[in-house]
Amino acid sequence: MFDLYTRRRIINVLTLSISVFTMAFGLFWLVWILWTLLENGLPNLGVHIFTQTTPPPGSSGGLINAIFGSLMMTIIGVMIGTPIGILAGTYLAEFGQRGWLAPITRFINDVLLSAPSIVIGMFVYEIYVSKVQHFAGWGGAFALAIIVIPVVIRTTENMLRLVPNSLREAAAALGAPQWKVITFVTLRGARAGILTGILLAVARVSGETAPLLFTALNNQFWSSNMNQPMANLPVVIFQFAMSPYNDWQNLAWAGALLITLSVLTLNIVARVMFRQKSNHQ
Amino acid sequence: MSAEQIISAPKLIVRDLNFYYGADRALKDINLVIPEKMVTAFIGPSGCGKSTLLRTFNRMYQLYPKQRATGEILLDGENLLDKKQDLNNLRSKIGMVFQKPTPFPMSIHDNIAFGVKLYENLSKHDMEERVEWALKKAALWNEVKDKLKQSGTGLSGGQQQRLCIARAIAVKPQVLLLDEPTSALDPISTAHIEKLIDELKQDFTIVIVTHNMQQAARVSDFTAYMYLGDLIEFGDTSAVFTNPKRKETEDYITGRFG
Amino acid sequence: MPTLLREASLKRQAVLDLLFRNVTRLAAFIVLALLAAIIGSLIMGSLPAIRAFGFGFITSSEWNPVTDQYGALIPIIGTLVTSGIALVIAIPVSFGIALFLTELSPKWLRRPLGIAVELLAGIPSIIYGMWGLFIFAPLFADHVEPWINNHIGTLPVLGPFFSGPPMGIGILTAGIILAIMVIPFIASVMRDVFDVVPTMLKESAYGLGATTWEVMWNVVLPYTKIGVVGGIMLGLGRALGETMAVTFVIGNAHDLSKSLLMPGNSISSALANEFTEAVGELYTSSLIELGLILFFITFVVLSLARFMLYRLAKGEGRSA
Repeated sequence: MFDLYTRRRIINVLTLSISVFTMAFGLFWLVWILWTLLENGLPNLGVHIFTQTTPPPGSSGGLINAIFGSLMMTIIGVMIGTPIGILAGTYLAEFGQRGWLAPITRFINDVLLSAPSIVIGMFVYEIYVSKVQHFAGWGGAFALAIIVIPVVIRTTENMLRLVPNSLREAAAALGAPQWKVITFVTLRGARAGILTGILLAVARVSGETAPLLFTALNNQFWSSNMNQPMANLPVVIFQFAMSPYNDWQNLAWAGALLITLSVLTLNIVARVMFRQKSNHQ
Repeated sequence: MSAEQIISAPKLIVRDLNFYYGADRALKDINLVIPEKMVTAFIGPSGCGKSTLLRTFNRMYQLYPKQRATGEILLDGENLLDKKQDLNNLRSKIGMVFQKPTPFPMSIHDNIAFGVKLYENLSKHDMEERVEWALKKAALWNEVKDKLKQSGTGLSGGQQQRLCIARAIAVKPQVLLLDEPTSALDPISTAHIEKLIDELKQDFTIVIVTHNMQQAARVSDFTAYMYLGDLIEFGDTSAVFTNPKRKETEDYITGRFG
Repeated sequence: MPTLLREASLKRQAVLDLLFRNVTRLAAFIVLALLAAIIGSLIMGSLPAIRAFGFGFITSSEWNPVTDQYGALIPIIGTLVTSGIALVIAIPVSFGIALFLTELSPKWLRRPLGIAVELLAGIPSIIYGMWGLFIFAPLFADHVEPWINNHIGTLPVLGPFFSGPPMGIGILTAGIILAIMVIPFIASVMRDVFDVVPTMLKESAYGLGATTWEVMWNVVLPYTKIGVVGGIMLGLGRALGETMAVTFVIGNAHDLSKSLLMPGNSISSALANEFTEAVGELYTSSLIELGLILFFITFVVLSLARFMLYRLAKGEGRSA
């Protein structure tokens, strides 16, 4: 129909236009979702969210117990997971040149990193909740820790690898023992990147629902007892959103907005911080 | 060849060519004639603009928004730099080989067929003939005729570069631009390719950029010496090397600087 | 420092060095132990179901808590089909986005767009679920599904797959939401591998007179194919394990239906809905076995992905 030259031109213009369209397509969903969140969440965001606890169906309330529970379990989960993650990441980067342990650990870390979080929740249920016969905040924290560990390992190892060898050699040449080289020089050099990794891990677990479903479950009342079921934002949102009660659904939107804002803020802060530090370097 | 003889058989005529990287002027008022079916070499120290000049001939700079050229480059009377000039058409007439061998991730046959398919609808048989012709012209046929279906990346460096030359020739261009084609190759492969250039000039006008003066002296009929964006001297290769007209040229050739 | 004191200090440093190394090594072992524990506990928890149903568990579509008969077929199919739909949509769209970011976008737009893509990846899945259920599904039911029913549902071969009551929720909806979630992952990987294609290689193709599309399709894509496939498999791994987004919109019906418009079930949504309320050893154990199957599927997919990316890294090392 068309000669070769025209046909090639047409195909080129067509496919490149489709490419522009796909970019717009992707942006469209992002904008729509964020807009929906703001539209439904903002009107329901008020002081009451932070002062009242989750209400029984049909009455109004807030989310403070859920917010508190989420914070508690996230902080504890991060506190458990981060040291293990940093240490293991250090092993992979600094000691992992020879032998079998490092490659296998790296591979397994990748598996854990992308494992379905609901399976992690089931695992914690099996070894903890069913043994102690009740849901508990500790279970939730532990599940979150398991999710944090691979993220921190990955970023720690990558950041440590970026530290130039000349730095390590300079410290060693001064006679410093290896553990000092690593802790005082290498880790310090990678500090910003590792911190970024931790922030990203926090962002990741803040939105996780599945692992908490089987571990901390939920708690309608205020509780700071980690040995009891603990309220948390994601499970509350799940429960309230799927319910037929308007009050509950409104609270679910407010909670959803809160989570999204914190996750996005953490992401942006992590990126900005990392870029600033590397600009200094 | 005298100046009159050069001008009587010009393939490319460059008039008042200026080139800009953003605000920086990288080529300054270049006026030059590239004679047909001869080898012309661009030499000069790093940063003199020789590659930049070469890349204006096939408008490769157009991939990059901050780069632009003003002036004229006439190929058989038509101005290449004219906005209306069709790029595909241009690049079918002017081919390019790069510093490092760049075989496409496909079979040897497909590498060569790739360019041809852009312009001609050949039957399978005709295509195979063209591939064979191109590989023979590039002195690669005997080495690969049994493995045309194998990947181009499996060849040695020198073979890959000859594959790239075959690929450029296959579309039957008029001009062949070689941007430091042997800088990544060992001396033996380099010698092969220099011999190849000598044969190819019977069919194609060749412009070669090289940072190796001795290569320019071995391979080219005409030489242009450039420095910091200016064309300092252009002439018959033996004249430029044994009896340079400008002191700058002489300094560069004798190694006093550069 | 006097020699004796220095020797003692050196010895102490050596001990500390050993201690430090072993502490980090211990941390690495913890990771291994974690995986072993997870697999172990899943297997142990599945044993009652494995003993009761054997291999037939995978092929049975029965799911009856009353009679204590369970089969994994429906959730497995649901997981595979929703992920399949997600990939069918996400792969071309991601390719288009990666193409845009690397070849078409003006330089100043690249970073903000890249960030936008990553923000899309960072939105928690429960948000996708809520948005899917409350906003997307009703619109889908009112405007798109009737069209699908009338135009595709009436076609000869494809018809049965695309006809059904326009409820808005169902396998197709879940697949679409998954696609949106997975697009940023695949697009990022594709963009990263496209970025490192040597400029000279692309210029060689442009130099022959190829158009931008011809360069992307014939040179860039084959050059990066291992990385691209690796990225796709990573996206697949995510889609397979995704829970909350799917649970909200898949309909949670233990029904096997040809039509994509009908509600169904995926492994993760079945677990999310039923695990905490399951009574009886066999019920719980069957759910755990479902989890084991899911873990196994994602494990295989991820291993393949890592293997391909590893091969890519090796290949680059060779030609670099």
